[in-house]
Amino acid sequence: MKIHEYQAKQILARHGVAVPQGHRVTTAEEAATAAEKLGGPVVVVKSQVHAGGRGKGRFLGDVSDADIQAVLAGAEEVPGKGGVRVVKGAAAAAEAAGDMLGKTLVTKQTGAAGSQVNSVYIEAGCDIARELYLGVLLDRDLGKIVVMASVEGGTEIEEVAEHNPELILKVHADPITGLGAWQARELAFGLGLSGAAHKSAVKFILKLYTAFMAEDCAMAEINPMVVTGAGEVIALDCKMSFDENAMYRHKANLEMRDFDEEEPSEIEAGKYDLSFVKLDGNIGCMVNGAGLAMATMDIIKFYGSEPANFLDVGGGATEEKVTAAFKIITADPAVEGIFVNIFGGIMKCDVIAAGCLAAVRDVGLKVPLVVRLAGTNVEEGKKLLNESNLAVISADSMADGAEKIVNAVNAAKGA
Amino acid sequence: MSILVNSDTRLICQGITGSAGKYHCTQMMAYGTNLVAGVTPGKGGQVFNSSVPIFNSVKEAVKETGANASVIFVPPPFAADAILEAIDAGVKLVIPITEGIPVRDMIAVKAYLDASGARMIGPNCPGIITPGECKIGIMPGHIHTPGRIGVVSRSGTLTYEAVGQLTALGLGQSSCIGIGGDPIIGTRHIDAMKLFNDDPDTDIVVMIGEIGGSAEEEAAAWVKDNMTKPVVGFIAGATAPPGRRMGHAGAIISGGSGTAEAKYAAMEEAGFHLSRSPAEMGKTVQGLL
Repeated sequence: MKIHEYQAKQILARHGVAVPQGHRVTTAEEAATAAEKLGGPVVVVKSQVHAGGRGKGRFLGDVSDADIQAVLAGAEEVPGKGGVRVVKGAAAAAEAAGDMLGKTLVTKQTGAAGSQVNSVYIEAGCDIARELYLGVLLDRDLGKIVVMASVEGGTEIEEVAEHNPELILKVHADPITGLGAWQARELAFGLGLSGAAHKSAVKFILKLYTAFMAEDCAMAEINPMVVTGAGEVIALDCKMSFDENAMYRHKANLEMRDFDEEEPSEIEAGKYDLSFVKLDGNIGCMVNGAGLAMATMDIIKFYGSEPANFLDVGGGATEEKVTAAFKIITADPAVEGIFVNIFGGIMKCDVIAAGCLAAVRDVGLKVPLVVRLAGTNVEEGKKLLNESNLAVISADSMADGAEKIVNAVNAAKGA
Repeated sequence: MSILVNSDTRLICQGITGSAGKYHCTQMMAYGTNLVAGVTPGKGGQVFNSSVPIFNSVKEAVKETGANASVIFVPPPFAADAILEAIDAGVKLVIPITEGIPVRDMIAVKAYLDASGARMIGPNCPGIITPGECKIGIMPGHIHTPGRIGVVSRSGTLTYEAVGQLTALGLGQSSCIGIGGDPIIGTRHIDAMKLFNDDPDTDIVVMIGEIGGSAEEEAAAWVKDNMTKPVVGFIAGATAPPGRRMGHAGAIISGGSGTAEAKYAAMEEAGFHLSRSPAEMGKTVQGLL
């Protein structure tokens, strides 16, 4: 689960990680008040969307389509104003906030649709001496938490990893003893820090690790981590996400979920405990099991079309759950055909068939439907479909089903 | 003819009185698995299916029955504790089926496991089956046939798909192991490949991977230098977008790593026989015979 920068900074502050002072606001007037409270020569006005790359992002309507394409392609220099601006004084803060709020920001990470800016964070400006990088995440191969640091702050760490991997320093936290102060010192020395800045960095690194573990984070990235002129180390930006499996022990963090940042169809699917990801293609898929669901997407592509979604109805889905899943797929106007691919284990094929039929009775069926059933209770499932008098195309195998749905959709388009 | 489990396996089930535990233990017994005991704290003294004694602790169950494997159907908040209890009781093969265990819990479990000498399969996995002898987990037993093809996969239903294709072609399986879809798992692809390579009753291995992490690349590198048997490979998720978790907690392309292309490239370099379509896994094996 992802959260906004202002929320991540609240969490960091609670754990004693140094962050600039700031206020999250939703109107231009509040922005002015916040800027006055903060004082100082400059304040930073930051769009609150989950995607990164906000500074280089541009707003829909502000710039040409070609410029938006350039943003998506990762261009460094694009005309117009970005989603993060440094301004002087309350009036300028209000103007910048007013200009961002309600508009849709497109960054390299949002995709062409962009994200609507519903709030902005007004933050105290800071005297930047150096920009560094610090990230905490799981090293899957070792099964340990890795803390990464780099002198290349402000650049995407993936780029550094690709072009200058030697500039990324890593230490692994021991599962029993945690991250040692000696490890934090190793990173701080590696970043070339000394004196007050070194001390401040060590404290910062240890506290960030503590916050990461306490909150069951999946990722915490401070980019840039700034050394101020006075030698203080502080988090200028923060991206944080949580381990979804651990949310049950963090009710307060669960409240931070911003539904405006999510696909409505994915929110709906979540209500039924369905694992659903909206994609850009035209063939809806309903599958049991994550691996088979991915493989089903792949085979649709193999036969020349694109999947409209990833959907895993899970191992022990009920008829109601299957019906809900079917309705979510058919509600997508881009869907021109549906492929149901089930290999019944715990899941029984007749339950899938009954769920599909119930959904079709409720919402109708306007596009071709191919159903492939295999495994537990396959005969009962096929019988239900055959007796329904609906135009269900039956398939014998995964390949057969994929080919049939792609052909049926193409035929319907040609007709 | 198998890896890890066979007709000599003496299995206990932790969480035997829950709904999943009950259902799957009944299925496992019907398949012929030697289920010797169940464990549910507080329900010691009860009997499951009128033949399987239930104990309060794994230690007690092992002492009384000589169990050497445990399958775990305990809910996520308590699953890590159940795994640790099994390892501590000296169970050599621990198979948590549970989906949704927090990563932080699994980091501690893995450290304990690595120091113990026990083996874990999973979590978030379908389990392991040696057809005709022993089924531990949630896979449908009837689709399997005894034979000489080994199957290893992160996914449940995709394993069934591969097994279904093999069985339909008359190709039986030595053992089929679902290693699980989580970022931290006990037995990785490379471990399964080593086991199959050493198993005299396995001739060909089907390795099914998916996007996320680099376990497939790691296994491919080992196969290239060590494997004496042909390997058929498929990777799920070639069409998955980056940055999105595809059902499994571990199935996510992050920072440009963990893509299907990278995994296919590593497998090709290691001399795998690639099945680019999930529908061709069985046929690719058949082509090698």
